[in-house]
Order: sequence, then structure tokens, then C-alpha cells
Amino acid sequence: MQILIPIIIVVVIGVLAGLLLAFASKFMSVKSDEKTEKIRECLPGANCGACGYSGCDGYAAAIASGEATPDKCAPGGSTTAAALSEILGIEIKNEKHIAFIACGGNSENTTTKFNYDGMKSCAAAAMSLGGPLDCEFGCLGFGDCVKACPFGAISLKDGRPQVDEDTCMACGLCVSTCPKGIIKLIPQNKAVRVNCSNCKRGAEVVKACKVSCIACKMCENNCPTGAIKVENNVAVVDPKLCNGCGNCKTVCKRGCII
Amino acid sequence: MKTTTMIVSILLAGLLTNNMVLSKFLGICPFLGVSKKVNTAVSMSIAVTFVMIIATAVTYPIYYYLLQPKYEYLETVVFILVIAAIVQFIEIFLKKYIKPIYNALGIYLPLITTNCAVLGITMLNVTDFDITKYSFGKLYLFSLTNALSAGLGFMLAMVLFAGVRQRLETADIPEFMKGLPITLVAAALCSLSFLGFAGIGG
Repeated sequence: MQILIPIIIVVVIGVLAGLLLAFASKFMSVKSDEKTEKIRECLPGANCGACGYSGCDGYAAAIASGEATPDKCAPGGSTTAAALSEILGIEIKNEKHIAFIACGGNSENTTTKFNYDGMKSCAAAAMSLGGPLDCEFGCLGFGDCVKACPFGAISLKDGRPQVDEDTCMACGLCVSTCPKGIIKLIPQNKAVRVNCSNCKRGAEVVKACKVSCIACKMCENNCPTGAIKVENNVAVVDPKLCNGCGNCKTVCKRGCII
Repeated sequence: MKTTTMIVSILLAGLLTNNMVLSKFLGICPFLGVSKKVNTAVSMSIAVTFVMIIATAVTYPIYYYLLQPKYEYLETVVFILVIAAIVQFIEIFLKKYIKPIYNALGIYLPLITTNCAVLGITMLNVTDFDITKYSFGKLYLFSLTNALSAGLGFMLAMVLFAGVRQRLETADIPEFMKGLPITLVAAALCSLSFLGFAGIGG
């Protein structure tokens, strides 16, 4: 019998507290915006604050009011962004991007102006007369991007960095590391990539590298959608217009479109 | 002791000599976690003070009429249960009727539901005041004052420490001491300085 009274006390207090909360949530519930509610359900609920708002609730309200874009949730990633865009009825570009090193040069294709025997680093090599290559826009191949990649998606193969497209998260660290500025973030599923960055005039470029873009405009003239254009002496693909027909690939005499 | 003197000494004790954070080491988690900026520290402390007072207002009658003298051992269980329910209720209530306060307290309110400083003050109220000496009305008044002063003491510690931490950000700290180590050392020094108040206010 001794134990009965404390049990009753705790149970009664528990039931009372439960009832209080049940009634409170029933009668005092705030009719929140249905859209906000739906958005909130899609968010992970970690309240981490990576989006810059007070928590998932704050962020949901901000999205619903149009104040914030739905792509700020870091823990949710692209799946959350996709779910949110469905609710909002807008399309967000979460197409997978990858890093692409726009240079086809290697020891066979590209000539050198001197033998570089300094520090094994692209940044150091680029500082001595712009590097040993005749092409000023060529990949130096010391792998600064390999070291910069936090995901291990870039590896050196025959003195050329290769991007593993499945591992690449398009964080852009290699883009800012490359002293030549020839790494770009591009949509993965586009069939056509221009594998050269040299913006010098054709005559100079021909001497420097066998697989260089000489701005002959063959691709531009043969593109049915007008997606590929020569800008600043190098061909540039507009991924929005490109339909991946591959005409430019076949007409390119330099083989620099892949 | 006269009631007014008692209240003044309770207020002084909560702020300085028996400071919740720096003398009793309760509520260390928000003390280290939310003290990076002065304004978040203040918001957090206001929420803590608020919850402490409400929690005391509810738990003390429960203790006085239900638990003592036979079932004091139920204190922890019952207090946690009641405080958790009350904080949830306050959150719902504020969301419905007083939206500005709800927005200001934001995520801090649910965070302190089971904060040890809140449970601590309700349990200290029970031990601090001799129930054989005073009537319930006076005991209740003392407990509420104690909760208020503990909350203000918490705020004082938080704001002081937020100031210290903002200074630390720009200080030239050896690499191995950066981050949590130097924060803990600073917290220890703050605590030591509060030891100097011992004896004031009885």
C-alpha cells in the first residue's frame, strides 16, 4: 500500500499534464499557412541554422513568403531542394554538375618552351614565365586540383588530371585552385564539351598544341540550335540550347570538341 | 529575518554569491553554447528567467501540498514531468496569443525544457527555505524571488562571458588553446572571480 500513493501522484500529474497539452494543441493551435506546413515537413528538422534562419520553422516561413530560395538547406541537399521545388511549383536547377578540365593537351600534343625543374606544383610552375608549355592556357599537370579536391574525385593519369564524374560534387574548390583557370563547372549530361581554353588567335595556337581550338567557327556554322559559339577565340557551348546532336564534334578538324 | 531583508538577500545571493552558472555550475551547456554573441546570450537568458519563474510557480505548490513530508523522493521525477509539460504549454500559448514574444524566444524555449538550471532552481527552492519557519505565502514569495534572481544571475554570467568571448575572438591565442580550451579557461577565471563575492548578503 505504501507504494500506491506515490504512483497515483505521478500518474495523476502525468495525466493532467497530458490532457493540458492535448487540449492546448487542440484549442490553441495556430492555423498556420498550409504551404508553410508542407514546406516544413520536407525540411530535415535538424534546426542547424545553415540556411541563415532561426531554424527549420523560420526557413519554411521564409520560403513560403518568397523571401528565401529553396536551395539553402545544406543537410537536406538536392533531395530536399527537389521536394521543395515541387511544392512551390518552380523548377530549380539541381542538375548534377561536374568539374571539367578544358584542356586536351599532353606531352604528345603540346610543345614546351623550356624544361621546368622547379617545385612540383601548378601554382609555382605558372609563376615562372607562365609555365613550361607553349600554350599559355594549357593544363600544367602537377595536380594542384588533385590536392584541392576534398572528395578525391580527381586523379593524375599520364600527367593529366582526370575527374571521376560520379564522385565529383561540383564544390568548385579545384576551379579556384587552378592557376590557369581552365576548370569549369558544367552540367554532367551534356554530350558536347569544348576541350580547350586557349583564347589566342588561331595561328599562334596551332603551333602550341595539336588539339587546340583555332576559332575556325566550323562548329558555330554547323550547329542547328545555335548553342555553340566562338567567343574570345575559343568555342563556348551554351548548355541551355545544346541538344547534344554532335554535329560540332564531327566537323571539328582539331578534335577539341568531345 | 524580516521579509524585505530576506528578499534583498535572496536577490543578492542569486546574482552574485550563489550565481547559478559560476558558483553552482548549473546550466553550463547554454553558458558555453549560446554565449558567442551578446544578443543571443540575452535572448537565451530572458527565456531561462521566464521558464524558471513559471516552473517555480507551478512546482512549489506541488511540493508543498503533495510531496512533503512523505514523498520528497518523487521531487525529480515530478518536477521534470511538470516543467516539460509547462514549457510545451507556454510555447503553444505564446504562439497563439503573444506572437512577438514567441518570435523573440524562438528556438530557445523548447531548448531549455529540461535544462538543469531550471530543474536546479526548483529543487533548490525546496532545500533553501525552512518550511517549518515560514507560512506558505512567504515561502512561495521567497521561491519566486529566488527563481527571478537565479535567472538574472544567469543573465549576468551569460552577458559577461559573451563579452569575454567576443574579446577572445580577436586575441592572439596559441594554436593549441584556440576554441574550446581557451573558452573553458576563461570560464574558470570568471568563476574564480565570482568566488570573491562569497560572504556578501549572508
